[in-house]
Amino acid sequence: MISVQDLVVRFGPVAAVTGVTFAVGEGSSFGIVGESGSGKSTVLRALSGLNPAWTGRMTIAGQALAPKRDRAFFRRVQMVFQDPYGSLHPRQTVDRALSEPLLVHGIGDVDRRIRQALAEVALPAAARFRYPHQLSGGQRQRVAIARALMCEPEVLLLDEPTSALDVSVQAEVLNLLADLQDRRRLTYVMVSHNLAVIAHLCPMIGVMQGGEMVEMLSADDLRAGRTTHPHTGDLRRLSQELEEA
Amino acid sequence: MLVEIRNLTIAFPTAQGMSAAVRSVSLDLGAEKLGIVGESGSGKSLTARALLRLLPPAARVSADVLRFDGIDILSASERDMRRVRGKRAGLIMQDPKYSLNPIMTAGAQIAEAWANQRHASRREAAEAAIDLLAQVQIRDPRRVAGMYPHEISGGMGQRVMIAMMLAPDPELLIADEPTSALDATVQAEILRLMEDLVSRRGMGLILISHDLPLVSHFCDRVVVMYAGRVVEELQAGALAQASHPYTRGLLECLPTLSHPKARLPVMARDPAWLS
Repeated sequence: MISVQDLVVRFGPVAAVTGVTFAVGEGSSFGIVGESGSGKSTVLRALSGLNPAWTGRMTIAGQALAPKRDRAFFRRVQMVFQDPYGSLHPRQTVDRALSEPLLVHGIGDVDRRIRQALAEVALPAAARFRYPHQLSGGQRQRVAIARALMCEPEVLLLDEPTSALDVSVQAEVLNLLADLQDRRRLTYVMVSHNLAVIAHLCPMIGVMQGGEMVEMLSADDLRAGRTTHPHTGDLRRLSQELEEA
Repeated sequence: MLVEIRNLTIAFPTAQGMSAAVRSVSLDLGAEKLGIVGESGSGKSLTARALLRLLPPAARVSADVLRFDGIDILSASERDMRRVRGKRAGLIMQDPKYSLNPIMTAGAQIAEAWANQRHASRREAAEAAIDLLAQVQIRDPRRVAGMYPHEISGGMGQRVMIAMMLAPDPELLIADEPTSALDATVQAEILRLMEDLVSRRGMGLILISHDLPLVSHFCDRVVVMYAGRVVEELQAGALAQASHPYTRGLLECLPTLSHPKARLPVMARDPAWLS
C-alpha cells in the first residue's frame, strides 16, 4: 500500500532524514520509534504532504507522490496528531469540525455521516454540538480520529496519537484504532517514542536514530530481544526496565 | 514531619453548588520520595499546590491540618508564604517551554533564583548558576548558561528548571508531571537525576504523574488518587500487591513489551470507588 524509498528531507543545510526506506502492506501497520529529533515525525510529515522539501520516491497504492498533493490524495490519506487540544479549532463545534472534510471533498449526506462517525468512535450523539473545551482529552482525540475518517481514507498517519492521554484513555484509543483497522482495512503508519505502544499496534517496526532508520524488525523479534542494532537494544532495555514495577 | 496534611478538602463553586475536587486527603512526608499517581482530574496536582497555596482564587480549601515544616499554610500571611515558595519548596511543572522566561538566558534565570534572599554579588550568582548547571549534568554549563530557552531542547530545559529550583537549597521539591513532555530516554535521565539530587541533599520529593510503574521506580512510597480521594497507599516495591481495583486497572491497561495482549483491558469504573 505504501512504499518509501531513499527518503531524504532537508531543512536548509541540515538533513533531518537521510535515506529512509520501508514498505507497508494494505491493512497492516508500520511503527516508527525513536527519540526526539531522530526524524520520525519528519518522515510522517513528508508522507502526509505537510513538508514538500523532500527527495526520494514515495508511492501510495501504486501512485507516485509529488511534493504537492491533489485533493484525491487527501481523501485517501489522513493524519491524526498528538495533541487534541491543538488540532481542533477551539471555536468550532464537533459538528463543524466533522462536516468540514465533507464540504472540502463535496461529499453529501452530511447528517448521516456525522452521526455514524460519532457512533464509530464511541462518542455520544450529544457530543455533536459541543465545543472542544467541553470534552475530555480522550473524547477530543476521538473527535480527531472521527474527522480523519470522515472522507473514508485508506491510510491513517498517526503521530503520537496517545502520548497526551491518561494511561486508561490510551488503552481505549489503542483498542479503537485496532477495531477501526479490522473493520475498514485501514493501513496505519504510527510514530511514537513509546516502544510498548508501537509494539502493541504494529507488527513491523522501524527504529530511527539521527535521521536514519537503523533497524527494521518485527514486534515479535523486538519482544524476544532479537535486535541487531545497539540503539534498538538500548530502547528495549529502558522500556522493560521502566515497565517492571 | 516536613509535610502534614489531615482531611484536606478543596472545592470549587459551580452552577450546581460546591463541587469537591479533593476530598479528605491525608498525607505525611518526611525527607523521602513520595509519588502521587492518578488520572487528569483526580486532584493530585491540586493537593500538591495547596501546600504552596497556589490554587486558583475560586478554590475553597479546608483541612484539619495543613502544615509545611510546622508552618500552618491555611493561616500563614502572604509574606510568610513567599518565604516558602521557591525558597523552601520548589515546584517543577510539566513543560519547560512555558515555565521558563523566554527573554532571559538560562544562566540569568538560575542566578536570579540563587541570589534571591542571599547577599551576593552578580558575579557570584553567575558562577553559582554555572555550578548548578554542572550539577544537573549539563556537559557544557558555561555555554548553556548563555542560551535562551528557545535555543535548548525540552530535556535540557527541564534540567535548567531543576537547577533553578535547587538554587535556594529547598527542603522540598514538588515535581508535577516533570517529564510528560519528554521522550522515554530523556524522561528516565531526568527522573534519575532528580532522584539522585534529592537523595543526596536529604530533601523531600513529591512526584506527580499518571504513570504508576514509572513513578514507583523513582519513589519510596506511592499514593494512588481517584476522584479526589486517596484510594490506596503502597510501598514502591509492592505494586504487584496492589489491592484496589483502580490501581490494578492502571497497571493492567498499559501495553508492555514483555506481556503482549491482543486487546488492552479497559478500566471499568465502579461507582462504589467514589464513596
